[in-house]
Amino acid sequence: MRESGAAVLDVHAHHAERGFWRTYVFSTDHKMIGKQYLSLGLFWAVVGGLLAHVMRWQLAWPETAVPGWGEVGPETYNVLVTMHGTIMVFFVAMPILLGAFGNFLIPLMIGARDMAFPRLNMLSVWVFALASLVLLVSFFIPGGAASAGWTGYPPLSAKAEYTGVNWGMDLWILAHALEFAAFLMGGVNYLTTAIALRVPGMTFFRLPLVIWQLLTATTLFLLSVGPLIAGAVMLLLDRIIGTHFYAAEGGGDPLLWQHLFWFFGHPEVYVILLPAVGLVLDVLPVFARKPIFGYRWIIYSTIAAGGLSFIVWAHHMFVSGMDPRLAMPFSITTILISVPFAFIMFAMIATLWKGSIRFDTPMLWALGFVAMFIVGGLTGIFNGSAPADIYISDTYFVVAHFHYTLFSSVVFGGFAGFYFWFPKMFGRLLSEPLGKIHFWLTLVFFNVTFFPLHNIGLAGMMRRIANPLEYEFLVPHQWINVVATVGGMLLLASQIPFVVNVVWSLLAGKTAPKNPWGANTLEWTAPSPPPHLNWGETLPVVYRGAYEYSSPEVAEDWLPQDRTLAARSR
Amino acid sequence: MSRGAIVLEDEVGFQRHHRVDSATVGMLIFLGAETMLFAGFIAAFLVFRLTAPVWPPPLQPRLPVGVTAVSTAVLLSSGYPMWRALRAARDGDHGGLGRSLTLTGLLGATFLGVQGYEWARLLTFGLTAPSGIYGGTFYTLIGAHALHVLAALAWLGIILILRNPAGVPVFGMYWYFVVGLWPLLYTLVYLA
Repeated sequence: MRESGAAVLDVHAHHAERGFWRTYVFSTDHKMIGKQYLSLGLFWAVVGGLLAHVMRWQLAWPETAVPGWGEVGPETYNVLVTMHGTIMVFFVAMPILLGAFGNFLIPLMIGARDMAFPRLNMLSVWVFALASLVLLVSFFIPGGAASAGWTGYPPLSAKAEYTGVNWGMDLWILAHALEFAAFLMGGVNYLTTAIALRVPGMTFFRLPLVIWQLLTATTLFLLSVGPLIAGAVMLLLDRIIGTHFYAAEGGGDPLLWQHLFWFFGHPEVYVILLPAVGLVLDVLPVFARKPIFGYRWIIYSTIAAGGLSFIVWAHHMFVSGMDPRLAMPFSITTILISVPFAFIMFAMIATLWKGSIRFDTPMLWALGFVAMFIVGGLTGIFNGSAPADIYISDTYFVVAHFHYTLFSSVVFGGFAGFYFWFPKMFGRLLSEPLGKIHFWLTLVFFNVTFFPLHNIGLAGMMRRIANPLEYEFLVPHQWINVVATVGGMLLLASQIPFVVNVVWSLLAGKTAPKNPWGANTLEWTAPSPPPHLNWGETLPVVYRGAYEYSSPEVAEDWLPQDRTLAARSR
Repeated sequence: MSRGAIVLEDEVGFQRHHRVDSATVGMLIFLGAETMLFAGFIAAFLVFRLTAPVWPPPLQPRLPVGVTAVSTAVLLSSGYPMWRALRAARDGDHGGLGRSLTLTGLLGATFLGVQGYEWARLLTFGLTAPSGIYGGTFYTLIGAHALHVLAALAWLGIILILRNPAGVPVFGMYWYFVVGLWPLLYTLVYLA
């Protein structure tokens, strides 16, 4: 393996001396900031997972105390539902998929030494840490944490007397405001970096697809978050100074919040999905040893899906009491948005077609994502068309649907990326057997947990109910809840091999070579882990696209982006 | 080497590559997000405005259309000294830059002062944010803009105190956004 961009390691000696605080805590290095986002996201994943466990226990065996937690009353259950959703979407999915991978990959893959605004980047992660602290504190204040659902619908969220939660709701809004500020700073950085700091030769149509997906996700976030901030300001004013924006008795309109929330909320699910799709798109060709299928059309599809995501939001509101004439247009746009995503899924499968597939751990997770996301995508068709949705709205069918989409994005997509880039991030190789055990256990118990929820949802079980046994028609189906709960506990236990793997690898894993997978993109031309400023004195120069695997022009089955074949191609 | 590329060497002699000015791009992206924030406030305002049978609702004080027209003119006129300041920053004319920025700031502060005075009067007439949707939308939409003017003035003050002309072009973009937004809000809230 040869690198044309000379990687001069010892030049970095004087860069490395930055002290503990500047290196690990107040670092402006995009790689460290990415790892900080990753750590915070993993911390919240544990919290969110435990909340889910308490919820599931309550659903399977209501009226029994949850071991280690105690009795769960309806009020507590509302807190669990609200905070589980809030944490998983805003404090796990976004920091890991967008925060960690965005920060780590964007500069490395485009050949930049760091983000365009490194200090703003540091501020971003610290504001996010503050948001985390605010959310954490909200659990321990009088009245407890927010309990108006992760969507915070007024009037439930607007008046303390409806939920019994006073400060918790205000802190919930504050935590979101801080988190949005953090991702606003990050987003400005991502886009600016990708526009301004691409290395010579790195045209937009030579960017790895994960960069395209991250940039599209960032754009969606930046353009959709404004209306939600406006809505949140009005919600806070309703709560604190007694305005009536969402209070019907004062001339307000509770549906306005739902429109503003979902105008953000639907692009937001693509803010989570697209980076995961990108991670998988970059993993698949490496392990199929084949160029990606339909590179440009994947980009066009992504942009089309991003654009459409701004005009589908009311499909979350078919039963909200909005003007029913809106149901038809929003059903149509929603069904339409499955076209670009179907293309991307087919492109993923076509990339595998006749490839020399290697089943390393990252590949297993990527394939798991494809399989599981398709289930989520198919159930989405039922939710997206108003006639079917009116029946299944607010049932566990919807819960199953968005776990098949979001869990597959965050966990399967996220782990595909994590196992793939871990050697680059930490300079160590993970154990393949442990990684595979982790994958298969997670795949099996994910399905045991979430597939039955489709059935119990169709049987009529509503979301956000604390005790299904209070409903006579659900009693015969209670065994499904028990299955899902046992599956959920085993799903949590399935993460133990992962923890063991990471700890073992960081302490005693094999040192990772520069390019362990034989991959083409620029990050693999930097040392593992890359030093501060990523490359030595000179930057790599890009001569080709990111997916030239099994090229007939070279003997190896990969052709790095910075390799010039000038002498041979002439 | 691609067209328009700026290759720099940093303090330790490392090669760095810039295609375009990061600060300009970053500000444009930020202003895109800002535009959507105001789009949200304006959409909320329009939802109430267009579904109300009578607007302004009966028994509510009238907004000071005339005085605000004058302060609108004051704010818009600040675009000229801002433009002078951008030229002075480009030409390295430090004296002219300071004078133009100060004038820009004074015009902006005048606008904000008149707004504050109007608000104080409206409050005494009973138009408060909790008094109804009319007051609520007025204070949030106009207040969001006023906070932006205030932030711009604070930024301007920092530039003047630090005497650092490097940030002036980016500040100019933000100022033009805040000034350019106002006629739209004035038309929507005061005139329409």
